Amino acid sequence: MTARPLLRVEGLRVALDSGPDIVSGVDLTLAPGEILGLVGESGSGKTTLATAILGHARPGARIVAGSVSVNGVDILGLPPRELRRARGKLVSYVAQDPATALNPALRIGTQLAEMLAVHRPDLRGAAVAGEIDGALRAAGLPPGEDFPRRYPHQLSGGQQQRVLIALAFLPRPRLVVLDEPTTALDVTTQARVLASVRGLCRDQGVAAVYVSHDLGVVRGLADRVAVMYAGRVVETAALGTFFSPGHAPLANGVPGRPAGPRHPYTHGLLAASPDVDARRTLRPIPGHAPHLGGRPAGCAFAPRCAHATAICETEVPVPDVAGGEHQVACHHPLGGPPGPEEPSAREEATEDATEDVRRENRPIPDRGPSTRAPEDTRREERSRPGAGREPLLRASRISFSYGARQVLHDVSLDLTEGAFHALVGESGSGKTTLARVLSGFGGQVTGELTHDGAPLAVSGADRPAELRRRLQYVFQNPYRALNPRQTVAEILGTPIRHFFGASRDEARQRALDALDRVALRPEIARRRPRELSGGERQRVAIARSLVCEPRVLICDEITSALDVSVQAAILELLTGLRRDGLTVLFVTHDLGVVRAVADEVSVLRGGRLVEHGPADAVLDAPGETYTRSLIAAARGRS
Amino acid sequence: MRARDDGTPHAAQENLPDDGRVRQERVSGDRVRGSLTGAHRFLRDRQVRAGALVTALVVLVAVLGPLAAPYAADELVGLAYGAPAPGAPLGYDYLGADVLSRMLLGGRSIVLTTVCAAVLALLAGGSIGMLAAWTGRFADRAVLWCADVLLAFPHLILVLLAVAMLGRSRWLIVATVAITLLPGTVRLARSLTLGVMGQEYVEAARLMGYPRRRILFREILPNITTPLLVHLGAMLTWSAGLIAAMSFLGYGVAAPAADWGLMIDENRGGLRVQPWAVLGPVVLIALFALGVNTLAEGLGRAAARAEEEP
Repeated sequence: MTARPLLRVEGLRVALDSGPDIVSGVDLTLAPGEILGLVGESGSGKTTLATAILGHARPGARIVAGSVSVNGVDILGLPPRELRRARGKLVSYVAQDPATALNPALRIGTQLAEMLAVHRPDLRGAAVAGEIDGALRAAGLPPGEDFPRRYPHQLSGGQQQRVLIALAFLPRPRLVVLDEPTTALDVTTQARVLASVRGLCRDQGVAAVYVSHDLGVVRGLADRVAVMYAGRVVETAALGTFFSPGHAPLANGVPGRPAGPRHPYTHGLLAASPDVDARRTLRPIPGHAPHLGGRPAGCAFAPRCAHATAICETEVPVPDVAGGEHQVACHHPLGGPPGPEEPSAREEATEDATEDVRRENRPIPDRGPSTRAPEDTRREERSRPGAGREPLLRASRISFSYGARQVLHDVSLDLTEGAFHALVGESGSGKTTLARVLSGFGGQVTGELTHDGAPLAVSGADRPAELRRRLQYVFQNPYRALNPRQTVAEILGTPIRHFFGASRDEARQRALDALDRVALRPEIARRRPRELSGGERQRVAIARSLVCEPRVLICDEITSALDVSVQAAILELLTGLRRDGLTVLFVTHDLGVVRAVADEVSVLRGGRLVEHGPADAVLDAPGETYTRSLIAAARGRS
Repeated sequence: MRARDDGTPHAAQENLPDDGRVRQERVSGDRVRGSLTGAHRFLRDRQVRAGALVTALVVLVAVLGPLAAPYAADELVGLAYGAPAPGAPLGYDYLGADVLSRMLLGGRSIVLTTVCAAVLALLAGGSIGMLAAWTGRFADRAVLWCADVLLAFPHLILVLLAVAMLGRSRWLIVATVAITLLPGTVRLARSLTLGVMGQEYVEAARLMGYPRRRILFREILPNITTPLLVHLGAMLTWSAGLIAAMSFLGYGVAAPAADWGLMIDENRGGLRVQPWAVLGPVVLIALFALGVNTLAEGLGRAAARAEEEP
């Protein structure tokens, strides 16, 4: 660390006006030109912390205590006028959603020129145009006269995000705060945007705080990573501590490797994060993330932590400053020398760590064809399930159009009974459309579907009830897929009574059984969707399909709106159901997820099937350039 | 313990062992309170309370007034336009009837017809709008077209025309006023239904093949009732104004029966001599419209808030 950090945050506390802290006790430093990845799941306070660096708190919240200084300027102490000047000039911000962050009524060029007029009023005429041209070029956008004359709606999402990035870098700030700028983008677009952020920071010597919910995203970008949990930074370390050069998450205690992360939460996060290069079981973090105001005293992670002891429940752990670069706020950090007074929980931890080692020590294929770990019986067992049999569901030469626009072109797909089949592609590839065609949403479809060898009507309205019941579709967004006015019992009971003509009591009993299958407590039955978390809602949506006793479950990106640890739990649930004989078609854009759970994979691009085959074979030795670029992007390289 | 990923407000307690029983009780306790808090939560809102108070006051006057009226509507007990006197605190009207008595007697018809017309418009317009949105295509366009034609026709003239042609039966007035309120309701219900139909839970219901009635009544209707109820408040205001105007123009309740609108018309000649005979009914009509409107708006806002915070 240099003698004088560019950013110094000390004892920062942001609280809701109604009382509870959103962020508390945060200390951070950042050297000039350094990129910090700020990682946390939803509700961890990462966005609140990010905006507090600009001296801003969202309505209903206040910065209660602490200091933020950028380049020696005390941001929180500035009068409003000075603060406005400092924002942009000293520290600038890139918002999460480019679609709403740009003014739709103004041309791109006008918005860029406005930024210059405010922060660099000395520039005139040609100098302004030159500056804008340079900024667009640096952000990877086409220079020239035409582009600045466009309106935001004429740009793609990736281009809009680059415009925002160009805007943020235009006043030549010393620090840029980026709030999940690539979350809404496709993997390949995301990789390109990340590359331009990296280039800009390097060329202009700008430091950056990059907020993300995904450890994987920051690994291609950050120098250092800070992990947040329940409003506190629990671990800060150099990137290499979290990832080995081969991009696999690190385990502890392996001789000859860097120390690895030491906070149990970071461990949980890594164990839950899918990895495109290595198939391993994703393990969810047990328990629930605490709500604002419901955060436990002491260490907020203690209720979910296998290593927690009495002290964890009473005392908030402070970051261990003695660790130097690697700071961890934990009473019982992992990987350190065992203390004398460690309780029995410690032993479990060691066991846990050895298991980790065993798991991680499997040969990690580095792009080349994989060498299969012989002891991984699970993978052997799942290879080619039901080989040689008639596919359960077969789609032949499916084409689909929205009006004059053709979205699917002659796509054929076979779903083997009992398989976990992943359907991969970027937005606009037609993957959701294909899933919806199979599910019977209808529309302008040509082609043929067969189920168990018998023809299957394309429109759900023409399918017999029996087949509707057997092919179940789970929607992407659990927030919109459940009727907000019904209780969970009603949501689950309706299909039971509809398909099986069950009595009210029997429907209720079966609904409770289904809740049990998706690992939800029976009390949930009385609640309404509003009272549930995202993960719980998605489980209810899956339960609604399960009560129909389906043979095929078609899942449309059902984990994309969820945190990684929640995603791991949902995937664990699905693999469990698959073992019970369910066939799963899983639509996703995340190749890491494919590697973790899929047997077979089909890759779609622009409405055409470009590649399909066993998941490991395709990921290890992709035959198509497009698949290769997807894999490369998923690795965080472009 | 099986992995769970959710976060509920009670998350911390859940991880404690043998907490199940306590929790169960707690949840059922919440539940009992939950059903009561519906009304309670709304009444905590200041605007809702004010609106409910004013509305209740006027409705009480209208409904119970006839029981308290000292004289009959057509009983002449004083001088024409006589000033307030002991026994007649609001004075006498153009014929010499007691103004207070006529005010207490004259609310029932206006409040009743107003409420009937608005509710009728809500039921009919809501059903038509929902069905139009659900059916789509030609039916939808035809309904919209009819609604627009009706909307273009001046309301008052439409009602007066109907009454002039078909007679002044109270139920005819209710029906025609409801018809004038129909286009707005149809349009509102239609657009709300279209919005909800785009929701994935409705798609899911269609995919499952639920019967149409079930989707309309169970999946869609509960999700559009709040804005429709707010609209009912606005309709009550409009229909109160319309019906009072009709009485004023002499197409409503016929003298010698008492009616607030009619009273304004009868006594406007003596406004300078005996203002109470006009002001009294004017204030009551205004309070009725104001109260209902405030109540509806407050309810709408409280409902929107309740939706936001779990």
